[in-house]
Parts: sequence; structure tokens; C-alpha cells
Amino acid sequence: MLAKRIIPCLDVDKGRVVKGKKFQNIQDVADPVSLAKKYNEDGADELVFYDITASNETRNIFIDVVEQVAAEVAIPFTVGGGIRAIDDFHKVLRAGADKVSINSAAVDNPRLIQEAAWKFGSQCVVLSIDAKENKDGNWTVYTNGGRIDTGLDALEWAKRGEELGAGEIVINAIDTDGEKNGYNLSLTKAIAQSVNIPIVASGGAGKLEHFQDVLQPDVADAALAASVFHYNEISVSQLKQLLAENGVPVRKRRVTPWN
Amino acid sequence: MIAIVDYGAGNIKSLQFALKKLNMHSCVTTDATQIRNSDAIILPGVGAFKDAINELQQSGLATTLKEEVSNGKKLLGICLGMQLFYENSYEDGVWEGLGLLKGNVKKMNDTVKVPHMGWNTLTKHRNSPLLKDTVEEEYVYFVHSYAVQDYQQNTLVSSTNYGGIVPAIVQQDNVIGMQFHPEKSGEAGLQLLRNFKELIG
Repeated sequence: MLAKRIIPCLDVDKGRVVKGKKFQNIQDVADPVSLAKKYNEDGADELVFYDITASNETRNIFIDVVEQVAAEVAIPFTVGGGIRAIDDFHKVLRAGADKVSINSAAVDNPRLIQEAAWKFGSQCVVLSIDAKENKDGNWTVYTNGGRIDTGLDALEWAKRGEELGAGEIVINAIDTDGEKNGYNLSLTKAIAQSVNIPIVASGGAGKLEHFQDVLQPDVADAALAASVFHYNEISVSQLKQLLAENGVPVRKRRVTPWN
Repeated sequence: MIAIVDYGAGNIKSLQFALKKLNMHSCVTTDATQIRNSDAIILPGVGAFKDAINELQQSGLATTLKEEVSNGKKLLGICLGMQLFYENSYEDGVWEGLGLLKGNVKKMNDTVKVPHMGWNTLTKHRNSPLLKDTVEEEYVYFVHSYAVQDYQQNTLVSSTNYGGIVPAIVQQDNVIGMQFHPEKSGEAGLQLLRNFKELIG
């Protein structure tokens, strides 16, 4: 049976993992490679690395991080941040990333989804959507780290992304991000009903139960979180044990090391 | 030396890193001589079937691979690399594959989400040295939208279940395919690659 995935997310700034609240108050946390190894040992199913600065000066540092992570952990990982062109896809995939996440760049140029899917396959094109509820009770897409309201309807954008060839959607609820009061279940569910590709829920994990709620059959296929893992509030192994006890299908990590 | 055939497909680096962990020397190559001189061949792959088979045909590597297989050399295909072994693929058209194994590659059943993405379990269909030191229901990482159908039952080593039975490990003599990514499947995947290493001898 296909397992629900637990995905720690690592925001990387100049080679360090950082965590901010609501895209602000950024604090230094740890070395990305050692954190990746730790999460792998704890049983994380995948990892996500975002290059949050994504400037030309720091790009090579980030590519080095990607390559070091690929050398150290044998689980899949997604890379995002600063991906604007096919060549950016090529660089991170060549460095050892499995999937590439695009957000603002896809809104500016939806053809990027299509071109990347043709060239590298849908399986590595992840459409990341930052959404916020508007006054009419619908969800709109925001770009540039939650700063710009595009006016695009989040459900329509998810469908469009699937049609263009995205292989997975990360849905990040701006309102719940960093609040630790739980994922936005109604938003995640609405997106899941709009498309037939895997959905990763993001934003709001604070307690073990939050993961359980969002990993119910009709909601998300995977749950992404950052600070609860980085600050050791929840361990991935403890979380997966609880999920298993509560009937959520999760991968049990092999106890015997391969060596 | 293991030759990893480079036909422009995605993430080869992770495969190289995994082989390195297992002390398996590898080179990424498009050179027919280097492939002929290798101890075994790995055909990796993500991306489109059409691009991959065109690249293999035009470069002449398709012929090299078939010759090496008929000489008895072990060939491991991973993900799209495995799909290329079959007769035809129906991915955005109809494309002739290498024809090393009988069967076709078709879009997965859309009663489930496609791509099939994530960790799924292996169910054993027959004994094979490839499964040495693995457990029942071992989790491995899949990511694909097309799957092998119309295959010969006796080639099926392990399957997974996703909207029906999906061939996960296939073997016919020296031709071995893995639909999932062993290089991305943690310790379980490394064990499977180690078993491949032992098969090479």
C-alpha cells in the first residue's frame, strides 16, 4: 500500500538552514547536510530544500548543498527557490535533486511547467502554491513569498498546473503557516478534489494530531513541516509511530542498517 | 566497472553516490567501447520514453546494449530504463522499445492518482537472489505515470499494488528491471543494489 509521506522542509540561506514565521523573523538553525542525515535516520520519507535567498551570489553555495545532500542521503528530495528557467531545472537535477518546485516563476510563465514536464518528465515538476483566503471565502494565489496577490483562484491554478504537466502540488496555506494550529484542511481538501495528482500539505503543523488530520484518505498524500522538526518539538520517528497506531499507512524504516 | 548509460536523463548523480556507498565502481558514459568493456550495465532514467529511445537509437547505443545482453552481460534498468526493455510504449504516441522483454508500457489506471509517487511495498512472486536479505513488504520509492503490462508472468520477481498489480522487479536471465528507484529507496534500495552487485560477481 502506498504510504503517506512525512516531509521535513529546510529553508536554506547562504548554506544554512533557517526558519522564519510567516516568511519573516528568520533565524539561523543548522547545517543542511547534517540535518538531512538526521531526518533520514529518523525515517523522513522525503526532504525539501528551498533556496530562500536565491541570488546569483549564493546560487553556487546552494548547488553545493544539493550535491552534498544527494551524496549523504538515499531518499528523494525536492529543490525549490530561484527556479526560473529550464536551465535552473537542469542544474539542480544534475546536482542530485529528484524534483524541482516552482512557485512565482510558474505564475509568471505557466509554459515553464509544460517545458519542464516535456524535458524532464512530470514526476519532477512540483507546483508549489501559496494561497490565502479572500473576503469572498475563496482562495487566491500569492507569489513572491506571500507578498503579491495575483488574484488567481487557487483551485483553478492547481487544475491548470496539472494540465500543463505538474506531477505534484504543494499547497501552502499562508494564514496557517508558522501558527502551529494545524494545516488548512478545507483548502487542502478542495485542492485534492480539483486534481488527480499527489498533494503535499504545508503550513501549520504544530502537534502530532495535525499530521493525522491532514493525512486522511481524501485530504493530502504527504505532509510538509519545518519548525516542529527543526526545534525537536516532534520527532519524525515518534510521529510515524503514532500515525501507524492510528491507521495511517506510513513507511516503517528498516531497523537493520544496510552496512 | 559498471557502465551507467548517459542518454541525457535526469538524476544520475544519486545513482553514482549509491553505488559508491557500496564500493561499486561506476562510470557515466555514452561510449560503446567503455560499455563493452564494463562488468555490467545500468540503464537509468527519468523523462520521456520517446526522447530516451530516440537517443539510444540514434547514438547506436541501442544496438550495443542488445549485443551486450546477448553476450550475457548483466543489464539493470531503473524506472524508465526498465520500461525501455519492452516492445512498445504508449506514452504520447506509440514507440518501439528495445524489445529485450515481452510486454508493453501503458499509462497507469487513473482510478488512482497519477504519477504513482512515494513509498510502496514489494510483494514477492518468486525467489531470486535479487531479494536476498530483504523482508516481505519492503518499502521502496516509486515515481512513474506509465507501467509495464502484457508482461510474461515468469519474469515477475516482485510487484507492488497501485490501482492493480504493478511490476516492480522483473528478471529474465541477465536482464533485470526495477520500476522504482533503488538509489532513492534508503537502506532497502541499497540492499537491492548490493544484491545486483553480488549477481555480477
